[in-house]
Amino acid sequence: MKYKDYYAILGVERGASTDEIKKAYRKLAHKYHPDVTKDKGGEDKFKEIGEAYNTLKDPEKRAAYDQLGTHQPGQDFQPPPDWGQQFGDSQFSFEDVDLSDLFAGLSGRRPGPGQSRANIPIPGQDYEVTAHISLEDAYQGTLVDLNLSVPEYDAQGRLHRVPQSFKARIPKGATNGQRLRLRGKGGKGINGGRDGDLYLNIVLHPHSLYRVTEHDLYLDLPVTPWEAALGASVEVPTLAGEVRLKIPPGTAAGQKLRLAKRGLPKPHGGEGDLFAIVQIAVPTVVNERERALFKELADISTFNPRAHFKSGGAA
Amino acid sequence: MTADDFESDTLWLDTHHEITVSELTQTTGLSTIEVRELVEYGAITPVDVNAAPWRFHGQCLSIARTASRLRDDFDLDSHALALALKFMSRIDELEAELRELRAQFPRRLQR
Repeated sequence: MKYKDYYAILGVERGASTDEIKKAYRKLAHKYHPDVTKDKGGEDKFKEIGEAYNTLKDPEKRAAYDQLGTHQPGQDFQPPPDWGQQFGDSQFSFEDVDLSDLFAGLSGRRPGPGQSRANIPIPGQDYEVTAHISLEDAYQGTLVDLNLSVPEYDAQGRLHRVPQSFKARIPKGATNGQRLRLRGKGGKGINGGRDGDLYLNIVLHPHSLYRVTEHDLYLDLPVTPWEAALGASVEVPTLAGEVRLKIPPGTAAGQKLRLAKRGLPKPHGGEGDLFAIVQIAVPTVVNERERALFKELADISTFNPRAHFKSGGAA
Repeated sequence: MTADDFESDTLWLDTHHEITVSELTQTTGLSTIEVRELVEYGAITPVDVNAAPWRFHGQCLSIARTASRLRDDFDLDSHALALALKFMSRIDELEAELRELRAQFPRRLQR
């Protein structure tokens, strides 16, 4: 079993009062709680802080923790010989056990030493995982592999942390920020307790072409000045393959051209739209002939896009 | 565990799916009194506030799970919870608006 220094994690002295421990915890929770911080490492940091606080705030658990002695963080250690008898199960094996699971097993939902586990229904744990999927996977629906480290009781009622792999089907209709609940796919309940649920938070990988909002997609559509002025029919990529899009004559930069129902499918039927945002692309290198034609256009055109500057800003 | 195990009972947490108040309390660990207070303070809203027993849209489950987490981790009472949840929901709305505006903004002009 690896040692963790709960006092150092909370930044308090070993002799700190319960109030000091609570204050230190709150300060750190404000900084690292996943609902508060956007820091990606915040969640793991908060787990560590929460684990330290849950042990040190409870006098019984704190006394049990103190009895483990002081070791270097991460160092392998064995509790003193009488520790198991004093605080838990004398048959307890400390191999492959995480320190947090050891203290989680000391009180709360787990029955104490000498009590029968037979009749106490314990609900299974809910798991919550962020599933990162591609836009193409969201469009078609997909099967994702999830790897979790989950606490599990063995036949003797001992708690172990075991790696578990899941395959979860994400049906069509996913988009950023959507949540999926897979009922009964969390931890197994014990003694008739309900099985936990698996919650998936969907996050889409950024796409090289499309930007996503809800079930709509946005695509930059570069067109030439003459396509914009004269109108054209151009090929536009969609998630279902290329389609032809008509560019009306006199199309301006920034104009949104809507391709109905070419966005992401919605979970309960229907589809979002695809919006092509027109960008006027200008050739950076022109040959002599092109230059001559542009020059001719410049000479004969009366078009002035800045006319409103002279009329005091009124377009 | 096979993929087929997940075919049934997969629910999007949105407005198309409803859960009962007892499912809400069972799943989140919130008490009936806490749920009632969260409703009173406007943090979650039943589908029909006059119906008994209350039913909630699936998305309320996400909010209630957050409420339960904040209650445990920050020691908050229902009043403070409701306030925090309302701010969080406002942030969600603003972030969605920002995402939408960013999506409309040509990429070449984005930093």
